[in-house]
Amino acid sequence: MVGEGILKGMAETARNFFGSYVSKDRLTTVQYPEQRDAQIEAARSFPFLVYDGADWHDGMRCVACQICEKECPPKCIFIEKSKDKKPDANGKPQFYPATFNIDISVCMSCQICVEVCPFDAIMMDVDTDLSTDDRFGGLLLDKQRLSKSNEYYNAIHPTEAAAVDARLAVERARQEAKAKAAAEAKAAADAKLTAATPAQPASGEPR
Amino acid sequence: MSTAIVPTAHFDLEPMSEPGKEQLLELAMGPQHPSTHGVFRMNVVLYGEQVVRLKPVFGYLHRNHEKIAESETYLGSMPYTDRLDYMCSITNNWAYALAVEKLAGIEVPERAEYLRVITGELTRLQNHACLIGFLMQDMGSSGTPLMYAFREREKILDLFESLTGARMMCNYMRFGGCRADLPAGWLDQARKVVADFPRFLDEYEQLLVSNEILMDRTQEVGVLSRELAVSAGISGPMARASGVDYDIRKVDHYSIYDRFTFRVPLGSHGDVYDRFMVRLLEMRESVSILEQAMRDIPAGPIVDPRMKVRGFRPKPGEAYGRIESPKGELGFYLVSDGSPNPYRYRVRPPSLINLTVLEDLCVGRNVGDIVAILGSIDIVLGEVDR
Repeated sequence: MVGEGILKGMAETARNFFGSYVSKDRLTTVQYPEQRDAQIEAARSFPFLVYDGADWHDGMRCVACQICEKECPPKCIFIEKSKDKKPDANGKPQFYPATFNIDISVCMSCQICVEVCPFDAIMMDVDTDLSTDDRFGGLLLDKQRLSKSNEYYNAIHPTEAAAVDARLAVERARQEAKAKAAAEAKAAADAKLTAATPAQPASGEPR
Repeated sequence: MSTAIVPTAHFDLEPMSEPGKEQLLELAMGPQHPSTHGVFRMNVVLYGEQVVRLKPVFGYLHRNHEKIAESETYLGSMPYTDRLDYMCSITNNWAYALAVEKLAGIEVPERAEYLRVITGELTRLQNHACLIGFLMQDMGSSGTPLMYAFREREKILDLFESLTGARMMCNYMRFGGCRADLPAGWLDQARKVVADFPRFLDEYEQLLVSNEILMDRTQEVGVLSRELAVSAGISGPMARASGVDYDIRKVDHYSIYDRFTFRVPLGSHGDVYDRFMVRLLEMRESVSILEQAMRDIPAGPIVDPRMKVRGFRPKPGEAYGRIESPKGELGFYLVSDGSPNPYRYRVRPPSLINLTVLEDLCVGRNVGDIVAILGSIDIVLGEVDR
């Protein structure tokens, strides 16, 4: 019968229409921005810089190695290395970025900077409410605007951040053990030296 | 069916004509025409309502992809491949990763192969569902089938987001594996989506397959003969709708596709309706592949442990990697000179090659059919123009 197919289709449409009143599965619309879906943990928008502790400048993990600047496919990162050094989280003196700019109008959220960073200093944010009427300055983020605390990172990507923190703790423990061993060895050598010193001058050997 | 009454060759347009003399009309469809799936122009020469000649004009979305890739590192081109066919970024990643793996001789771990198949087939599901929706939209169905397709696609994009971090620009594959392992609960969620998908397909078929208006507008329209499909290098669902049994998953046995049992649906008429049906049937086969892959997925590493993120320099040589992307044969041809960036980087986009027969399909048909024919070819301008 001609028209049977159309009627079948209309029955399907009707089923979807009336079904949308009872079944969540058939009406999936979310009234954004009043309603929002739950944030998906793995989501990414733009990169940010992680800092430990309370102060963004003192705790910044970035050591201005410029690897992300080189590897960034659209070249949206600009870094200037500092002339002086500041202590990092482990107390070791390190360079820091004098300038660290990301132009998020160029960034394509590919996450390659995060993958290549050896210091876990740059991570992906989930914030998407970034629209601004300042097309150039508003989208060129400097290091202060890019800096976000490790607590914030733990809040947005809990699983990933836990793994990063564990890795950093291991690294810190290893460095501390190394420093301790070095200090002990130095102390032992000093003690040996001081013990040996009184006997030495008589022999007159150069040390 | 009607045939062209005006010869297509050696027919000059007359700017002015004498009163009472018939004349041809040159019409520019696009680049802002809503049915052109992006910025694509067709210069159509019409005799009355009949198409006499059709000249596709593209390049509005040209972004210099191949040349940029020659100055990027191998990994640096990976996010750019997402933007070729932006509907299915994962299969683009896969084809590129396959080419680089061939070039450098990298092995892919078992689990990563399964992840690739799962994400790749999910991509095929959402691409075909949307394409059919777009095709119906182009033919004036006021969006109902498209919205139903988008509703299903949303579930798949949610899966992509929780796995790869992005809904469309996934940037998921890496040389020698995949970037991220499955998060907790992902597989259960994916099983649910895949288990629900046949119900959607049933509804979709109820809605469309026997619709008389659809049949009137698509059957015997835009017939692509088997001979032309083969000689023009048409691939993917478009070739299969013309009865060419050519599916690279079956021909090349790339990745682990020889482990799954699935059928390759073939059309017999090569018209728009067959191209639509082949895609519907292909989705059912993809569901079956997904079920098998999600049943068998083993534990293990997801990336070749010898691969480092930085400092990748393959030995001098060349390689061509190709996969069956949802649109057809997607290939990447790479030439390495031993430096960190490719010496030559070439994409074989299925959309562009499939688009080459557009004039042959349209000549002799009415203007309204162009829209249906173009929709059934399944082009994405990001890939055509690159």
